[in-house]
Amino acid sequence: MSTMSPATKPYEDMQLAFEAERRKTKTRNFIKGILFLLPSIILFSVFLFYPMMKTVYLSFFLTDASGATTVFVGLQNYIQLFTSSIFLKSFKSTFLFVLYIVPATIIISLFLAVLANEKLKGVGIFRTIFSSTMGISVAAASVFWLYLFNPTMGLLNEILGFLGMEGIGWLTDPAWALVAVSITTIWMNIGFTFLILLGGLQSIDQSLYESANIDGAGYFYKLRRITVPMLSPTLFFVLTVTIINAFQTFGQIDILTQGGPQNETNLIVYSIYREAFVNYQFGAASAQAVILFILILLMTALQFKFGEKKVHYQ
Amino acid sequence: MKNIEMTDITKSYDKQKNVLNEINLTIGEGEFFVLVGPSGSGKSTLLRMIAGLEDITDGIMKIDDRVVNHLPPKDRDLSMVFQNYALYPHMSVEQNILFGLQAKKVGKEEQRRRLIETTDMMGLGDYLKRKPRELSGGQRQRVALARAVVSQAPVCLMDEPLSNLDAKLRASMRVEIRRLQKRLGLTMVYVTHDQVEAMTMGDRIMVLHDGSIQQVGNPIELYNEPANLFVASFIGSPKMNIGKAVLNRAEGRLIVEDELNINASESLMSDIPNDASITVGIRAEHLTYATKEDATHFMEAVNVENLGNETTIAFELNNEIWTVKWPGQWEIEVGEMVPVKISCEDLAIFDTGSGRLIRAAKRVSKGAVPV
Ligand SMILES: Nc1ncnc2c1ncn2[C@@H]1O[C@H](COP(=O)(O)OP(=O)(O)OP(=O)(O)O)[C@@H](O)[C@H]1O
Ligand SMILES: [Mg+2]
Repeated sequence: MSTMSPATKPYEDMQLAFEAERRKTKTRNFIKGILFLLPSIILFSVFLFYPMMKTVYLSFFLTDASGATTVFVGLQNYIQLFTSSIFLKSFKSTFLFVLYIVPATIIISLFLAVLANEKLKGVGIFRTIFSSTMGISVAAASVFWLYLFNPTMGLLNEILGFLGMEGIGWLTDPAWALVAVSITTIWMNIGFTFLILLGGLQSIDQSLYESANIDGAGYFYKLRRITVPMLSPTLFFVLTVTIINAFQTFGQIDILTQGGPQNETNLIVYSIYREAFVNYQFGAASAQAVILFILILLMTALQFKFGEKKVHYQ
Repeated sequence: MKNIEMTDITKSYDKQKNVLNEINLTIGEGEFFVLVGPSGSGKSTLLRMIAGLEDITDGIMKIDDRVVNHLPPKDRDLSMVFQNYALYPHMSVEQNILFGLQAKKVGKEEQRRRLIETTDMMGLGDYLKRKPRELSGGQRQRVALARAVVSQAPVCLMDEPLSNLDAKLRASMRVEIRRLQKRLGLTMVYVTHDQVEAMTMGDRIMVLHDGSIQQVGNPIELYNEPANLFVASFIGSPKMNIGKAVLNRAEGRLIVEDELNINASESLMSDIPNDASITVGIRAEHLTYATKEDATHFMEAVNVENLGNETTIAFELNNEIWTVKWPGQWEIEVGEMVPVKISCEDLAIFDTGSGRLIRAAKRVSKGAVPV
């Protein structure tokens, strides 16, 4: 007796035909996908992956002044970095800097965004003012603050003097230099952060507030239970971007303090720049760059791991 | 327990003038007040003005004899079901329902008690931990309803709260809402499109059209004596059959749509002004079946819908479609000439120009027990 009845035979044939068809569609989709990705793969390879590999490669060598490799030293560059007090200080300053900047930027921007989101006459003017720092280049902003920080004629010290207090050597006093650079950076960041947060606020459905109003919720209750949670994806994005930006700060340091006084403001990116283009130690600079890369990668990964759970996506 | 009083309430938006025109209305304490009207007639707008979510362009709004034109919503002590639900997407069903109670700092025990009571009533017990996006449309609507009910505010506003539920659930919700409203003595303003809801739930109904009140009254009043053609065709399902008519006083005949020739009584003729151009209306149940012998008219059936317990038949009458609804199952072929009986006492007469009612139908369909 045959195990296969005549009726199931065509059915199995059909199954096979389906299977073949499915495989064909899969291959076609794969090729299509690759084609779509090709432009970015090429661009990333040329401008990102290749330099990255090159940096990692360089970090294992000593180089001459032109950047050509001379002696292979293995992990020596890294070991030296972690025993160098200057680099460790730079490490610490960077973390302090991030700590000063990120919460302050986000809290101030959020505050401004909440204000500017009120339905008031002329609120458009404030929106423009608050977001205006986005349109100012790092150089212009730094020069502007350089004047404000000027120990004798600067506005800040004049105000202090007016209040009967001693002037502060904002950019020359080791205790204040990092704070001064932080203030400048916060000011510069606010425009962008503000704009993104305002956009987030405006995309919250108004009827949620209407419903909360009817339920008798007060201003801060609404802020805590509706605004902040509904804004959490935006806040998360802003947090990530601000942290990465803080780690990569360069322009304002170069103009305001050049890493001084006493290396107080010698943040990692600036330190890399000095190592490479002032001391011509491309190997050591590359090693620092690799460390910075790993650092940012780790921070971002941590954020996604712990932060994303608290984020409410629509 | 509060009443709501509106005097010459008017609303204009920037983009649209006169969404509501001089609404004068008093909604009594503990009353179940139903607002009906076609889409865009201003029902939600009126509700939102009572809630304080829209500015009042003109007029005076009083709640509990206090002018509330500028009182913010949170101080009005009311609850509302939004037409679009307005659920908090980031909160679970439980948090959604308790949001208001927590805002008002109601005690934990009381919160629990009311939560359980409300979710039992709405059949939401199994969904307490879900987010709104994990619910079906009808379930979301029930959460919105639960959120309003749980607050037990003395004034409750509902904007089409049952529109997304299936027929069975809707029927049971109707009863539940009505019972709750009576038990707590709530003043309810209830917007609906549904005839059945309007007729069965409301103590009084208001018909709104293009921002103006067409008629306010209890359901039976609106049904038996619609103030104008609009109300006549809006209230009742199927809608009232309407046709233009000419009165021939000499012969005592009323000719409807050039086709139906109806015997006009003396009292009917005396009720109609001499030079009036009139439109007549007749309810579906007043077009009764007749045997071939006692039929007053024969009408051509163009559509037959057999629903099991009743049959809806559509007749064509000079471009107008008239429908009748007869109890039981009828074997009628499309195209058949069906004998019917029409009496002039069942006709409601309207003025064609203004649409106003001139004379209401004299007979109403009473139940078995005469009142
Ligand atoms: N914010 C607004 N700006 C301008 N016009 C509006 C606004 N809100 C509503 N309208 C208009 O006001 C009229 C009444 O709207 P409303 O929402 O009160 O209608 P509705 O009776 O609730 O209708 P539906 O039954 O469809 O819900 C509509 O013509 C609408 O276009
Ligand atoms: Mg509406």
